Amino acid sequence: MIFNIAFNELRRLFLSPLAWIILAIVQFLLAIFFFVLLSSYLEPGSAFRGRGLTEIVVVGMLQIAGLLLVLVCPFLSMRLFSEEQRSGSLLLLMSSPISVTEMVLGKYLGMILFLSILLLVIALMPFALLLGSKLDYGQLASGLTGLALLMSTFSAIGLFASTLTRQPAAAGVSAFAVIFLLWIIHIAGNTGNEQMTSVFSYLSMLRHYNNLLSGMFSSVDVIYYILLSSCFIVLSIWRLDAMRSHH
Amino acid sequence: MPTETLITVDHISRYFGDHCAVSNISFTLQRGEVLGFLGPNGAGKTTTMNILCGVLAASSGKVSIAGYDSVEAHSQAKMHIGYLPERPPLYLDQTVDEYLLFCGRLRRISKAKLSGALLNSKQRCGLQDVGNRLIANLSKGYQQRVGIAQAIIHSPSLVVLDEPTVGLDPIQIVEIRELISELGEDHSVILSTHILPEAQSVCDRVLIIHEGKLVLDEHLNALHKNKQHKSFSIALNKPPVPEELLAMEGVMSVINLDRHRFRINHQPDKNLAATVAEKAVQAGWGLYELIPESNTLEDTFVQLTSGDIGNEQVDNKDI
Repeated sequence: MIFNIAFNELRRLFLSPLAWIILAIVQFLLAIFFFVLLSSYLEPGSAFRGRGLTEIVVVGMLQIAGLLLVLVCPFLSMRLFSEEQRSGSLLLLMSSPISVTEMVLGKYLGMILFLSILLLVIALMPFALLLGSKLDYGQLASGLTGLALLMSTFSAIGLFASTLTRQPAAAGVSAFAVIFLLWIIHIAGNTGNEQMTSVFSYLSMLRHYNNLLSGMFSSVDVIYYILLSSCFIVLSIWRLDAMRSHH
Repeated sequence: MPTETLITVDHISRYFGDHCAVSNISFTLQRGEVLGFLGPNGAGKTTTMNILCGVLAASSGKVSIAGYDSVEAHSQAKMHIGYLPERPPLYLDQTVDEYLLFCGRLRRISKAKLSGALLNSKQRCGLQDVGNRLIANLSKGYQQRVGIAQAIIHSPSLVVLDEPTVGLDPIQIVEIRELISELGEDHSVILSTHILPEAQSVCDRVLIIHEGKLVLDEHLNALHKNKQHKSFSIALNKPPVPEELLAMEGVMSVINLDRHRFRINHQPDKNLAATVAEKAVQAGWGLYELIPESNTLEDTFVQLTSGDIGNEQVDNKDI
């Protein structure tokens, strides 16, 4: 049942221009950065001297990709439940013999499936380098895992935001606010004492992402993303359950 | 007549904050019955239907559908229900076939039976020719049919339709009503409406809900039988004083509708219209209109939702 909802979600996403536009624009912007990074690798300035291809081009591009996703994911996730609430089609799901958990996980999985396609397309660029060079596979794998985890967390936050309101735009903006805050929260720790700094820097999504990009595959970082995603998925389930009983 | 009880609604209430939308409603529904939910706008019809279909939980009370509790065994209970909310829950960007297949899978129809179920529901709702069209491009009447098709694709025992004819043109209304009558042949149907003739033409039984309370639960036949009087209205060019009409044998009361029009209530066993017409000709009253009134449902409805009973309820609630 979860797969039924997920595939339907994915199909509907591709029926709208949004999915195609997002795939095209993300690819286009990343291609520009990919090109710029590749040229700076070929003629390294002082900043890049002594670094490898993977570190300069692949990691550089994945950093930009992470930033782009901060902006793009809320646009994708805002329609998940907001639109269904607004158009009344949520009643179809609510009156069908499926549980709220199946409903939420189905929607979430649909979003993840789309983002996996995006991830695949993004990954094609670094793999194209294999035609003329060698890559650090460890670092590449760790970086792509980081991006995948980032996507799943952003989706979970967006999913929850979309259960809160029937206005897609409001859901999008709130998801963006939360994602952006968690992205740069380590800045808040810069001025505080040591304890504060460690707490805020632990909470920062960017810090954990950078750890993974640098090739340090630590379970702490992975668990951080999984915890955050599960937390927002559970919140979404609670929220929809509450819609049935309280209001 | 099938007499198996399909649905038991046991003292359900529902509050939104302090506002009580549905208060202590109980009724049962037999298999194969067509039940009309009547009530003014905002009376609690939609809330009651949402509770029946498991979209909302009742604040108190129980609903059981085909023996399954709607909360504890919600999945099994929902398998027996097809719901068309007031706004059909459609995905406008899909084609009719895609959408109905998705609905069929949501209702856990097995793969083997899915295409058969799709064909059947399309055929019943007259959608054979539009399977490949985008739902967004269909007219409102066809969209409503798609809404009904999704509600019956899994052959549920109960089809719940919330104001299915709102916003349709007169021809579409007739078509949808015919469809509902057909559905009544092998499903139980609950239909909410505030159009009384609609209820009269398709329902076996009506419930009238007013301010969240059930004020009438009666078979339509019984409603006609129990009626205390019959009435007709007449229009006269040169009307006599009402007392003269009242003096005629069998007349129970005369109501002045305007200067020329009167409604005459009379005993049910007499055909007074003919007598009054004869008298009017003899006395030269200038009779130019005589309309028999048989809309007992309307009488009952108005009486229950605007009269004393309504006020009484408000008082009860205050206490």
